[in-house]
Amino acid sequence: MDQLLQHFLNALMLGGTYALLGIGLTLIFGIMRVVNFTHGELYAFGAYMMYALVMLSGANFFVALALAVVLGALLGAALEFVLLRRLRGADIDTTMLVMIGAWIALQNAEQLAWTGVAKSIDNPFPAAPLVIGAVSVGWNRLFVFAVALVLIGMTYLVIQKTKLGKAMRATFQDRDTAALMGIQIGHIHTVTFALGSALAAAAGALLGPVFVAYPSMGDLAAAKAFAIVILGGLGSIPGATIGGFILALAEELGAGYVSSGYRDAMGFLLIIAILVFKPTGLFAQKERIG
Amino acid sequence: MDLLTVRGLSVRFGGLLAIESLSLEVREGEVLSLIGPNGAGKTTAFNAISGYLRPSGGEVLFKDSNIVGRSTNDIAALGLVRTFQKTSVFPSRSALENILIGLHLRSKQSALAILLGLPSVARDERMLLAEAERILSFINLQNKKDELAGALPYGEQRLLEVAIALAAKPKLLLLDEPVSGMNPSETASFMAKLAEIRALGITILLVEHDMKMVMGVSDRVVCLSQGRIIASGTPADIQRNPDVIRAYLGERHKRAEGARPRA
Amino acid sequence: MKSLVTVLGVAALASVPLWADAYLLHVLVVTGIFMVAAISLNLLLGYAGQLSLGHVAFFGIGAYASALVSLGFDISFFTLKPKPVWMAMLAGIAAAGLCGWFIGRLSFKVRGAYFVIVSISFAEVVRLVAVNWVELTQGPMALNNIPPLTLGSLTLWKKPENYWLVLAVAVVSFILVKRLVGSKAGRAMIALRENEPLAASVGVDVTRTLVLATIVSAAMAGAAGALYAHYVRIVDPDVFLFIYTVTMVIMVVTGGKGTLAGPVVGGLIFGLLPEGLRALAIKPETQWIVYGVLMVLVVYFLPAGIVPALKRRVRWIS
Repeated sequence: MDQLLQHFLNALMLGGTYALLGIGLTLIFGIMRVVNFTHGELYAFGAYMMYALVMLSGANFFVALALAVVLGALLGAALEFVLLRRLRGADIDTTMLVMIGAWIALQNAEQLAWTGVAKSIDNPFPAAPLVIGAVSVGWNRLFVFAVALVLIGMTYLVIQKTKLGKAMRATFQDRDTAALMGIQIGHIHTVTFALGSALAAAAGALLGPVFVAYPSMGDLAAAKAFAIVILGGLGSIPGATIGGFILALAEELGAGYVSSGYRDAMGFLLIIAILVFKPTGLFAQKERIG
Repeated sequence: MDLLTVRGLSVRFGGLLAIESLSLEVREGEVLSLIGPNGAGKTTAFNAISGYLRPSGGEVLFKDSNIVGRSTNDIAALGLVRTFQKTSVFPSRSALENILIGLHLRSKQSALAILLGLPSVARDERMLLAEAERILSFINLQNKKDELAGALPYGEQRLLEVAIALAAKPKLLLLDEPVSGMNPSETASFMAKLAEIRALGITILLVEHDMKMVMGVSDRVVCLSQGRIIASGTPADIQRNPDVIRAYLGERHKRAEGARPRA
Repeated sequence: MKSLVTVLGVAALASVPLWADAYLLHVLVVTGIFMVAAISLNLLLGYAGQLSLGHVAFFGIGAYASALVSLGFDISFFTLKPKPVWMAMLAGIAAAGLCGWFIGRLSFKVRGAYFVIVSISFAEVVRLVAVNWVELTQGPMALNNIPPLTLGSLTLWKKPENYWLVLAVAVVSFILVKRLVGSKAGRAMIALRENEPLAASVGVDVTRTLVLATIVSAAMAGAAGALYAHYVRIVDPDVFLFIYTVTMVIMVVTGGKGTLAGPVVGGLIFGLLPEGLRALAIKPETQWIVYGVLMVLVVYFLPAGIVPALKRRVRWIS
């Protein structure tokens, strides 16, 4: 029973960051219909920025976190502007191939810059975990969970309550009509990609100090993000959030009770299972985002 | 005999009843036109009959067997082929290749025979090629056979569409607004072509807005409004029918009066 | 005229082992193996228009199945004695083809971008199984000492013989795809890609067509995998890495998807390019950055690939 509780707690922390990854991708995938292969690289970017800022430049941990997210947004906006603008209206194969090219280039650039050695990042939290009865929770993990929740909430508010969010939702539903209504689709795309990338970078910046940063960390992250998007239904923030927690729980329980080697397979197995039995996802709110 | 019998067909989209208990028969060898103002449900009826939409109720009997729920390719194999309202060709292939694809059901090549390169496959291909050229000549596009279908002028693309459907050897051909966007001379030559298609023994169910064409080619006309049949009969009957005139709100009635009905 | 050029070309290719050194031969053998995989991917991605990014799974399954059958294996509920390599290779092809059938049926239910994700996921699951099911696959410790192919009294230890074998398989693959594409089945695949409702309206059975395309494509990739296993003679789970799918995709897309010569040209370029870059003492990471940038440039400026662009040039001249 205590084991189970511990798994649940671990899943909570992991789930929060997975949710960030998933929400970022569901926005990009949903609004822009782009299979964003660079999503994992933004995740890695966030982690590496933390390394650069905290370990190499000696910046304050929390300042570095905020900076990493902002830098992630900027990188995302740049990618969209340079790579995707010209491809507006192109079919999904074309954008997919461009994204693959960008992903390869980015990951290897990261490898060149930081070498393949895993980097650890210090955090300012007490090393001794918080112990409640039979379960324990590291302070850093608690922090990650809290920040993730805040970011999820903020994103939800932006999408639901702001003019920008409304424009994004309109673009998701019907791009042509939205354009006719005067919405600048180009701007929306750039903002969406920037926002999605910022969330991925945030996830990386949060998890980097908990684990380590290494060049191919983005690959698994991206794959899990896709799993979450499919689980939660395209374009659904609540879906991606719940999906993130479900995936984390499945991984924790799978690793704990089946075999730790298959932990990472959980996400993929879930994807395949869901798509075979319920192609629109568990929470498909089919034609909405938010 | 009735080639197609539709009984009590209804189609529901969420809360909206697009088609309500539609019943009609298409007799073998005839040309039946479905008319009605925009939104009357003509294309929806087409989609439901040809298997692109699952009706919420009713039956569609083609050659006395119910085809509701069967896949579109099975329905085509039975002999019911339709064209589409929006121009529908295989754009990056040549006109000849388009027809070759239409001849899909006529070829009996098996995957194994193809991979082994058996001579029967080559023979089959020669037969298909000859047949495709024949069909292209039938619609007078033989000199465009190597042109990319997507590059053809609009009127010729629509002709190609019909030719692709013909290649599938239909007993019943459903034409969805085949002359929309065509100029009068193109329409006139299409009407002549339709007569030739009919002479091949193919039964035709037509959806059209162009009244001159409808009155000129049809044996019978059925008028839909808001998902229900409001009139049916010979072109002459339909032109005089006050319900039909009312459904079209007057403007079209002048044009319909101007066309000469088929005797 | 065309067939004369082709025959001369193949003859020229066959003569390579007579003058090339061992290293070049090795590069060509591996290039040839990847080319077969690219030809198979082109059938699925280029002709049938299926966004299948899990192709490496078929390659790897072919490799592992062939290796395991030739080595024999012993898992808790089943023991297999080692079988002759030619039989093992057929087993590899069959195993890959079977997975192709499964994916083909799946692709009917799951379309477009979702299918991309499913195909990648499938490949990843297979990789993780290869890593973790140590009893069967030896996990990361790899299957080694895989026997080479024996044909009658000839055992393919040396590079020239392997080169000719790969050349033969490549030629056969090319011919198979050519036959398929010029037939009713190939036209059905293209029709699906171009305009699915129209294709269905003239009788094309979507599921059947997709399944056929995937089975043939997967079996061919499995053959490439089997060739790989018995040439390199060591197989580990890294054979399932996504980066190899990417390599195949780059080959197909740059060469020209949906054309017969595309994967051949693409395969040659991206098989030989790494060697050229290595000669320039470029780091592997830089090489991959070049590939990535190249992909993007090709998509922007030569969206149909190199072969169609060349064809246009030639037509323009003549």
